[in-house]
Amino acid sequence: MVDAGSIANNGVNVAALIDAREALTEAPAGAQFKWRAACEWKNGTHSQSTVEGFYGLGQEQHHKRTFAFDADHPELFASEDKGATPVEYVLVGLASCLTAGIAAIAQYRNIQLRSVTATLEGDMDLQGILGIDNDVRNGFHGIKVTYKIDADAKREDIEALVAQSQKRSAVYDIVTNPTNVTVVVD
Amino acid sequence: MSRCLGDRSIDHVLLERGEIAHTWRTERWDSLRLLTPNWQSRLPGLSYNGDDPDGYRTVAEVIELIANYAKAISAPVLTHTTVTSVRSTETGYLVRTDRGDWICRAVVVASGACNIADVPSFANKVPRSIMQLTAQNYRNPEQLADGGVLVVGASSSGTQIAHEIRRSGRPVTLSVGEHIRAPRVYRGKDLEWWMDAAGVLDERYDEVDDIARARRVASLQLAGTPDRSTLDINALTEIGVKLVGRLGGISENAKAQFSGSLRNMCALSDLKMGRLLDRIDEWAQRNGFDARANPPHRLPPTRVEPAPPLGMDLASGEIKAIIWATGYRPDYSWLEVPVLDRKGRLQHDGGVVSSPGMYLMGTQFMRRRKSALIDGAGDDARDLSANLMSYLDSSVAGPSKS
Repeated sequence: MVDAGSIANNGVNVAALIDAREALTEAPAGAQFKWRAACEWKNGTHSQSTVEGFYGLGQEQHHKRTFAFDADHPELFASEDKGATPVEYVLVGLASCLTAGIAAIAQYRNIQLRSVTATLEGDMDLQGILGIDNDVRNGFHGIKVTYKIDADAKREDIEALVAQSQKRSAVYDIVTNPTNVTVVVD
Repeated sequence: MSRCLGDRSIDHVLLERGEIAHTWRTERWDSLRLLTPNWQSRLPGLSYNGDDPDGYRTVAEVIELIANYAKAISAPVLTHTTVTSVRSTETGYLVRTDRGDWICRAVVVASGACNIADVPSFANKVPRSIMQLTAQNYRNPEQLADGGVLVVGASSSGTQIAHEIRRSGRPVTLSVGEHIRAPRVYRGKDLEWWMDAAGVLDERYDEVDDIARARRVASLQLAGTPDRSTLDINALTEIGVKLVGRLGGISENAKAQFSGSLRNMCALSDLKMGRLLDRIDEWAQRNGFDARANPPHRLPPTRVEPAPPLGMDLASGEIKAIIWATGYRPDYSWLEVPVLDRKGRLQHDGGVVSSPGMYLMGTQFMRRRKSALIDGAGDDARDLSANLMSYLDSSVAGPSKS
């Protein structure tokens, strides 16, 4: 922890987060968000997804600009490798979510972060998606996340940050718990 | 197979661990009826001549059918003789049993595909207060305590067991993975009649695109209902069975987790059924059956609530019993011949096993789509007994007790 009296600065506006939490406690309808993505097939296994609008605080909202994400498969699958694979985007989502959580919680706990890096690895047996063996699941068998964190805090406080971040992470919840998925064709 | 071997004057013996039709006597629930109609259980030299061709045999009637057939063909059955091992010798096979050894040139493995109930490994996380049964040792709802029942698996067995337990008044939750919906009666005729007539059941293993996949496909969600009604997921919903997705796992603190794929599992099943009915309709039109059958129709889509539950606390006391209707696997633990693949499946080409002189009978799509049906045994036995005979042509020795 930083010295008594000094304030950690991780670039997270905790006051705004606390205000938002209070406001949404009073008006839970505003807490109902819808996150959206659009996807367009390009060619082969290449597709481009975009993220721009979302819904929250009772109305349509917009990012400052449209973010685009190319996804493809690597050349060893005879694809053109025009982007990360979809499963790598899952790792990206998990890493970003946990890391944002670590920064916010550190700020809230007045812990100054100097560097936070994570490496992620998902184990997959391709016999699943290739239909070779029905007993093999399509998705990851497991995901390993390794953090290196340099901060003004004891190791157990850093570990507590990482644990709390998992507890409050949307993506961690999405990948560890089942979710109803509805796919329709218009 | 015994009948076909006898027709070819091939000296043989049938080893049976219990009585004739042992599994039908010991591993079936009380109310089960054969899911194929009476007329369809044809065996070489035997066809149905009773007064209820469209009915479905009870377990007792199936036992009677098999036992009477054994008697009619004078099958050389040694009952209460358990095979303990089969191994290769220089001239054939050594078959050890608990009542002496046999030396033979050829072996037919007809021990079935459904010896062991295939229960997922996480079943050991179920609290001990919950009774666990499988489709193999479930008998009737009276076995169960009053209270909620989770039935895992929605193929033929799971749907029938869920139906019967719900009708006993108990709340039933059905965990639904891959399954194949099928109407019992279509256009006025049993679905099996259409599949038989249109040649679907006669499709050969070497004619389908991906035989490994075809052999894995779940059995049709058919039931031998006395009133010929269709027992599908909608019928279960109507009597108050609650649907959840495929059981993905059970956590250390006894929380069951269900997949969010329920809607897709039901959509896949509806689409597969649609393709089967399309094929039947096309066949009926081409073969002039349109005038003789009721007009084509489609079943309403399987209903799934907007957000099915994704979890269940097994420690809450709400669930008193779990019935695993999650399929079976064969038991080849006695087979000491290297014919199994790395996953323990017997490697064969249409029932001709990779070890010379060894044959298989009665497994899913072994040689034809109907291979696992009673009605499939005849054609398979005719083919395989011919193959076996040519294999034996190099020898004159029959089976002998050592």
